[in-house]
Amino acid sequence: MDQASLFSLLSFGPDGWGQRFVEGLVVTVEVSVSAYAVSLLLGLIGASAKLSSSKIARGIADIYTTLVRALPELLLLLLIYFSGADAIKFVLSLISEDFDDFEVDPFAAAVAALGFIGGAYMTEVMRGAILSIPNGQIEAAKACGMSRFLILRRVILPQMLRYALPGMGNLWLSATKDSSLISVLGNTQDLLFMGYRASAVTKHYGFFYSVAAILFLGITVISMIIIRLLEARLNRGYR
Amino acid sequence: MLKSFMKGAVVAASVVIATAAMAKDKIRVGISPEAYPPFTSLNAKNQWEGFEIDLLAALCKQMDADCKIVSIAWDGLIPALNGKKIDMIFNSMSITDERKKVIDFSDKYYNSPAEIIGTKDAANVTVVDNPDGKGGKIANPADLKGKTIGVQTATIHADYAAKYFKDATVKVYDTADNHNADLVAGRIDYALLDSVAADDFVKANAAKGVGAKLIVPADPIFGVGAGAGLRKNDAKLKDKINAAIKAVRASGEYDTIAKKYFSFNIYGD
Amino acid sequence: MDESFAFFLTIAPTLLAAVPVTLSLTFFSALIGNTLAVPVAVASLSPNPLLRYPSAFYIFVMRGTPLLAQTYLIYYGLGELFPGTWVQQSFLWPYLRDGFWYAIFAFSLNTAGYTGEILRGAIMAVPKGEIEAARAYGFSKGLIFWRVTLPRAIQICLPTMTGETILLLKATSLASLITVWEVMGTARQIQKVTFRVYEPLIAAGILYIIMVFVLTRLMMLVERRINRHRLTPA
Repeated sequence: MDQASLFSLLSFGPDGWGQRFVEGLVVTVEVSVSAYAVSLLLGLIGASAKLSSSKIARGIADIYTTLVRALPELLLLLLIYFSGADAIKFVLSLISEDFDDFEVDPFAAAVAALGFIGGAYMTEVMRGAILSIPNGQIEAAKACGMSRFLILRRVILPQMLRYALPGMGNLWLSATKDSSLISVLGNTQDLLFMGYRASAVTKHYGFFYSVAAILFLGITVISMIIIRLLEARLNRGYR
Repeated sequence: MLKSFMKGAVVAASVVIATAAMAKDKIRVGISPEAYPPFTSLNAKNQWEGFEIDLLAALCKQMDADCKIVSIAWDGLIPALNGKKIDMIFNSMSITDERKKVIDFSDKYYNSPAEIIGTKDAANVTVVDNPDGKGGKIANPADLKGKTIGVQTATIHADYAAKYFKDATVKVYDTADNHNADLVAGRIDYALLDSVAADDFVKANAAKGVGAKLIVPADPIFGVGAGAGLRKNDAKLKDKINAAIKAVRASGEYDTIAKKYFSFNIYGD
Repeated sequence: MDESFAFFLTIAPTLLAAVPVTLSLTFFSALIGNTLAVPVAVASLSPNPLLRYPSAFYIFVMRGTPLLAQTYLIYYGLGELFPGTWVQQSFLWPYLRDGFWYAIFAFSLNTAGYTGEILRGAIMAVPKGEIEAARAYGFSKGLIFWRVTLPRAIQICLPTMTGETILLLKATSLASLITVWEVMGTARQIQKVTFRVYEPLIAAGILYIIMVFVLTRLMMLVERRINRHRLTPA
């Protein structure tokens, strides 16, 4: 098949795959953003646990990060994808029999799984960032009579972000790429899955997987520009 | 920053507050999204098409039910059924004893033999007596000795190849579509699959040298045909779907749909 | 519980048989990928734009797209190109029929991109004084690179490389999606045949934890050996 007709397969017309790829791009970004948000939440909790004085909290956080870093993402994804749904159903079934027919949205399950994975890496990034804030600053804030919450809000969080940003940026890039794993589940309409569907139907594997890869590259480029702008902004007081 | 935290909280919450329960006459039907023409495939317009899709529509009309197709990977179908993510599998799933241990089946709605297809360089496959001496015939394992043969994982075809083709390299694929791609690429010599899906594929790829090599004789491994997969305790739906199959068979609607796709008797009686 | 345990025992031999596949995928990909990383890193630091830009672009593409997309592209994309060409008659064809070598190819290219970037940073971090000292001894440019810059750079980035190797071990689980039945793929196959969802995955998970643990220990030994002259007496 010549090139012109290959690109016509990608058109936005009724038989073209263009529209599907745009939808896939949107799904991939949605899944990545949501999973990243979950991982920020888990990372904050995990970092607090690792830095807390409670042995139990530290132990749980250590098990969490060690397990996630030792297990393949694909395995964790499948495990959480299946067990997450069952666990939620089990809890609901304790509340009432009416919840017997509950259905867990595959999108939510995928987000939960990817967020859980990202959260472990985020824990380490945030822990390192909090530790790099000079202790003297916190002591100075205390001496000024600032409350604990005020110290967290005005001293720790703003500076932590500055230290954590490079790591967080990398994790965001990983999140966008890891989101492609959900295509294996077969019921998410993400970018790589569109590549799979289009090439399976048309048999132009090289072409459609290249299209998917280029769109992923586009996400990366835009992300890198945004990360650089954020870094410049957060470091504006340190020139 | 705060905004993304909020979004995170919303998503985390939506994980817990899963979608609400369905109204009574709604049936969620699981079909895997891989292209399996002419039975099921999902086109660029996001529409399902194929024999099973048309038949499903007729059955649902007969049952007066609102059917919603849910796309789930082939290996996830049975877990999804038992996990109540779907109520029925309608995806050319053969009725076998192994599967009957975990799910229930409707009556068969079609039955087609298995077929071996191969590359241009691959020889035709002959038939020999089954060595178990019960009088059955099998595809001749000697013809496949040293060859590579592709099958889809967790299918009757994979079971058949594992049992009889001990001297061949049996390569297991996630989907039939993938072993077809590898047959065209020449990475495998033969593939064993359903004869109808095989016909469609051979027709489309004859120019690339792909050809039919043998219609495999019936064997107990192949079971009695394809049926709708149902949860074990779901007798209500089973009765409904069986009645619907009988009704569309009797009304001639089944034959009308079948004629659209096949030039032979796909029901196999 | 007992029943689950018995089930673990029945699937253990099948899963264990797949461990060598996972390990050899990791070993070959690490070997080829890390070797390729050296020219990638050197080219990316070259003053010649004809070397620098392609290398930077290569690193960017490898790091900017999902490994799974790269793997699919290499396996199915190349598969599309070969039919009817000389390749099918060549001595390489028996290898090119096997998903195993495509997986190694994909993982090696990907590793070369990631390690190339790490090595680039490490080469820049080699203390200038050491290179100047070597020059003062009259070492040639090539000799300086092979005997001073590269060994020091490897030493500098070794801890990061340990992490990368573990990521690679985990990434080999994607090979199951192109018909290579390593540990993860075998677990999925057991899932499909037995209709059990959790046990095969959990058993595979335990195997991965053991493999990661052993690999981490091995890399620590390597690190200690490479740094042996720096050990301070306790």
